[in-house]
Amino acid sequence: MRVVEKSQLMSATEIDRTLQRLAHEIVEKSGGTKNLALIGVRRRGVPLSQRIAQAMREIDGVEVPVGTLDITLYRDDLSKVAAHPVLQSSDIVFSVDDKDLILVDDVLYTGRTVRAAMNALFDLGRPRSVRLCVLIDRGHRQMPIEASFVGRMVQTSDTEIIEVRLREVDQEERVVLVDRVE
Amino acid sequence: MNPAAAAPVRQGGTNTAENSPRDGLTYRFRNLLGMEPLTAEQIVFLLDQSKPMQEIQRHPLKKLATLRGKSVALAFFEPSTRTRISFATAASRLGADSMNLQAESSSLKKGESLLDTVHTLDAMKPDCIVMRHSSSGAADFVARHLEIPVINAGDGTHEHPTQGLLDALTVRDRLGKMDGLNVTILGDIQHSRVARSDIHLLGKFGCRFKLCGPAMWLPRELEQIGPPGCSIRRASCMEEALVDADVIIVLRVQQERMNEPALPMDEYVMLYQLTEERLKMARPGALVLHPGPMIRGLEIDPSVADGPQSCVLEQVTNGVAVRMALLYLLMGTPPEEPNVSDAAHENRFYRPNVS
Repeated sequence: MRVVEKSQLMSATEIDRTLQRLAHEIVEKSGGTKNLALIGVRRRGVPLSQRIAQAMREIDGVEVPVGTLDITLYRDDLSKVAAHPVLQSSDIVFSVDDKDLILVDDVLYTGRTVRAAMNALFDLGRPRSVRLCVLIDRGHRQMPIEASFVGRMVQTSDTEIIEVRLREVDQEERVVLVDRVE
Repeated sequence: MNPAAAAPVRQGGTNTAENSPRDGLTYRFRNLLGMEPLTAEQIVFLLDQSKPMQEIQRHPLKKLATLRGKSVALAFFEPSTRTRISFATAASRLGADSMNLQAESSSLKKGESLLDTVHTLDAMKPDCIVMRHSSSGAADFVARHLEIPVINAGDGTHEHPTQGLLDALTVRDRLGKMDGLNVTILGDIQHSRVARSDIHLLGKFGCRFKLCGPAMWLPRELEQIGPPGCSIRRASCMEEALVDADVIIVLRVQQERMNEPALPMDEYVMLYQLTEERLKMARPGALVLHPGPMIRGLEIDPSVADGPQSCVLEQVTNGVAVRMALLYLLMGTPPEEPNVSDAAHENRFYRPNVS
């Protein structure tokens, strides 16, 4: 089985513009940044949440707290994978109690990651609200989960993969649609 | 006695559609029998995997469902409270159940062989066995006969690998490193599996050791208790032992050994007790570790045990984290593939491709 690149969905400039727009949308819908906190889901949700926080700083001049969440221990497929995946640290130094949390991830697909992330968050406390922000929504949900803030909706088939490549992680900056071929 | 680790095997990394760790480097462990067969990289990996478990212990809700439906057999053929509770806590935090076998109530008293006992235990289908036994090599022996992972929780005077790991984690957290330190070990080194695991572990990171205690408690052939090329010296008095020390590991004085006529207790206190006065001979801020149970007023002065340099309670907390990480890593490994059974008892590991 090979993986071939089918098309580019977003350039670096488009990613940047989309994140600016998402930051504005979050601030607008929340009536400001008061009580907000961003939680980036490892791995690519982490740089995305930091960039959204940077954009909010430019809009409102306010420092929105940003945390990092590793959901590995909360995955629902651990009994099915061959070897348990490597754990990363979560890093949330503020209390999530009574906060309006924005969970940030790169791609929304089955919804299972978000389910795991919510379980992880509720082990840390009782947030007032949790909303989801993703760069790409590619459909194919297996859970009753939707995002409140979406960068772009993309129609995909089951065999396709969306790769969000960010300079902090991948040394390049673009979103591509790849396909698995036999 | 402890087989060398097998050569690393490359395993193809699979890239799933959502949230795949494209560069997550992992080692797969079949068993944990000792520190001796592990490489420095494997040890660092195990300590790094303990970090997220330390975080969980600071959560208001500490119970996860990660290992739900799995069970851990705790087979303690030698009395133990803290290690057994630490493993039971670790299993429970991850959502696994534990089944207890204690020496006092076991059929070993009725003459059943060790192998029959563990086969019986294995027939109850646990997913992992944690074992303590008074014979060196017992965990290794059991691992050769069982398909499920075995964790050595102390075998005779051989090794106590999880204690080694929790000591290293404590040192690394407090000092920010564990390379090239001067480590002093006080007490009964000859009979101590804790000392052996600590030396094998920290020795791989270039630590230098000084051992101090009554002559009959110091091992005769020092080169055999640590990794090759490791610097291990005997110190004839506490002053020599403690000067320049970064870490001081105080071992428990086993009261039963105090009956040996050559060693009255008050003489031990006078010569070898770690007092505040003596601690000043070490480097400023030197760490004091003790595997417990601690006998205040015998091997350690209460003011040192409760002082700012003491890490005793952190060691206990870190012990749960280290054991959680091990249970997580070992219980994710599928049953042994038949064609590699010759290495079934070793600490085998794989390295996936970085894709």
